[in-house]
Amino acid sequence: MRGLIGTTSPQTLRLVALFLALLATVLFFSTQIEGYLSARMFNRIATSAAVVLPIAVGQAIVIMTRNIDLSAGSILGVVAYMTGQTLAAFPDLHPVLVVALAMGIGAIAGAINGLIIAYGRVPSIIVTLGTLALFRSFLVEYSNATTITTASLPQWLVDLPQKSVFSIGPLDVRTTVALAVVAALIVGLALSRLRAARKFLAVGSNPEAARMAGINAPRVVFLAFVLSGALAGLSGFIFLAKFGNITVVAGLGFELKSIAAVVVGGVSIMGGSGTILGVVMGTVLVDTIDNSLTRWELVSEFWRDALLGMLIMAAVTVDTLAARSLTRLRGRAGGAA
Amino acid sequence: MIARLKTWEGGLLAIFLLTLALNASFAPEFLTMQNQINLFQLSIEKIIVALVMTLIIVNAEIDLSVASVMGLSAVVFACLLNLGWGGGLAALVCMGVGALAGGVNAVLVARVGIPSLVVTLAMMIGFRGLARVLVKDQSLGNFPALVTDIGQKGLIGPLPLSILLFFVLLLLLGVLLHRTGFGRQVVVIGTNAEVARFSGLNVARVKATLFVMSSVAAALAGVLYAARLGAVRGDSALGFELDIITMVLLGGVSIFGGKGSMTGVFLSILIILNLRNGMALLNVTGHVQTGVIGLLLIGSVLIPNLVNDWRARRVRV
Repeated sequence: MRGLIGTTSPQTLRLVALFLALLATVLFFSTQIEGYLSARMFNRIATSAAVVLPIAVGQAIVIMTRNIDLSAGSILGVVAYMTGQTLAAFPDLHPVLVVALAMGIGAIAGAINGLIIAYGRVPSIIVTLGTLALFRSFLVEYSNATTITTASLPQWLVDLPQKSVFSIGPLDVRTTVALAVVAALIVGLALSRLRAARKFLAVGSNPEAARMAGINAPRVVFLAFVLSGALAGLSGFIFLAKFGNITVVAGLGFELKSIAAVVVGGVSIMGGSGTILGVVMGTVLVDTIDNSLTRWELVSEFWRDALLGMLIMAAVTVDTLAARSLTRLRGRAGGAA
Repeated sequence: MIARLKTWEGGLLAIFLLTLALNASFAPEFLTMQNQINLFQLSIEKIIVALVMTLIIVNAEIDLSVASVMGLSAVVFACLLNLGWGGGLAALVCMGVGALAGGVNAVLVARVGIPSLVVTLAMMIGFRGLARVLVKDQSLGNFPALVTDIGQKGLIGPLPLSILLFFVLLLLLGVLLHRTGFGRQVVVIGTNAEVARFSGLNVARVKATLFVMSSVAAALAGVLYAARLGAVRGDSALGFELDIITMVLLGGVSIFGGKGSMTGVFLSILIILNLRNGMALLNVTGHVQTGVIGLLLIGSVLIPNLVNDWRARRVRV
């Protein structure tokens, strides 16, 4: 056992732990909630996690570079509204173009963040705290406090969340879920396989060393924010498809949801480490707990946030303590050898 | 004198005088005592919490959970009052709840060593959740007249208790940060925690003290908030943390720690309050007001950077 722990990478151990936590959560709730292990529940959780996943992946890229994007929720709101409005005016727009439009608007917002952060050298927490308010007030002004309603949207978009791409046994995989997973897959593969994408981790792990190694750090940080904006835009599109009715408060608090998913997924808030697979599992875990607590009869739904906060804290504490004792264990093993 | 005016505080003072002059010229009722008191009263809870947040950020940490602690404390206060408790005792219990909440943050940040951004983010969700558990989706009101009187009316002349408390805290925390050994420790740890540790400073204890202080101040602010509004809900004070942090950062406190002054934060508070008040008098909506303050926050750091770049380039040519 000690040998196994000694040779497996901490990143892999973290993924295994996340997987076990997810398994334990599902098993626990299956004994508590009637009809929990059903295709319906799977769909409920999968479609709800699909809204958060892209924005969480974007947040993860930014956090890997040792920055943070607090404006992601506001970007989601702006994109959901503007995309919905465009679709109401031009209902014949090709779906692919609509997704591209959503990601494009998000990318522009992200580029504004990235420009000020990377080239204006203003800390990301200050810039995105500012644009969190700015993008939201832009939305309020732009929309004149009017609402996008399902009735004004083309039928294909309203049907999208119920449409399946393919089925695994009794489980249907909805279009929005597939879209989110494909986006995560692309980013995940790029980060682990592409040399260019590894730069995000290099800059976050040691900006000084990255610069010495000839990496254009400002450009990497700028790109991270553009990607985060674009992915928040994709979340905005999925949000629009799922809910249909978009008000000026759309996406409020999603920046925190995304950070929670990323942190539970084992991405270090200090930058430089983390995997997209971890982020996917973090997102699914947080969403599973969230969705299950609302259906759990034993506790009132008002306990949801309280328990969620405690669980996130517990996950991070266990992770920190485990990582520390692992390092100590390794140190001892190395000394003995 | 000129050199002093070129500092951050000098710039803030200039902006403050500008907003004051603009406001006074647009709305004659602006400079009345009552309007000035109103403008403080409207954000009094936020600015009280901002004072302790200054120390936290100078210490290179952050506390995102303050607004949730405010909400939790306000809800506990309302529950105790509805059970027939006296206002004073209920307020004390709430501060105890605050100390407890701060203790949780303190242990996780200072002892376990998890980044405060993560700890207080999780606790922000957790404490808010506890507030929701206590009141469900109801609103709690019906406070004794004494409590709402203290919350709303003048205690000494036209000045209510909350404003007096703010100025006392401003003075105390200003002295604590700039004139005491503890304050020096806060700054040194904020500059470089590693060096501070090797110099024999008890880094964990200083950080723990600050987080408990922050939550106790937030709990006090929550009680004042409940007393002023006369009713609380589970989402009382939701989202206040962003306004509070903006006030501190605009005051010139470095987000990387080690730098910042209470004078700067006080001036930034004055600017934000006057700006919001002036915009409200001009019928600018709350969302746009927040947007303008967001712009001010980014500009306050971006513009000096750009000016420096421009100067450096000119020297090179």
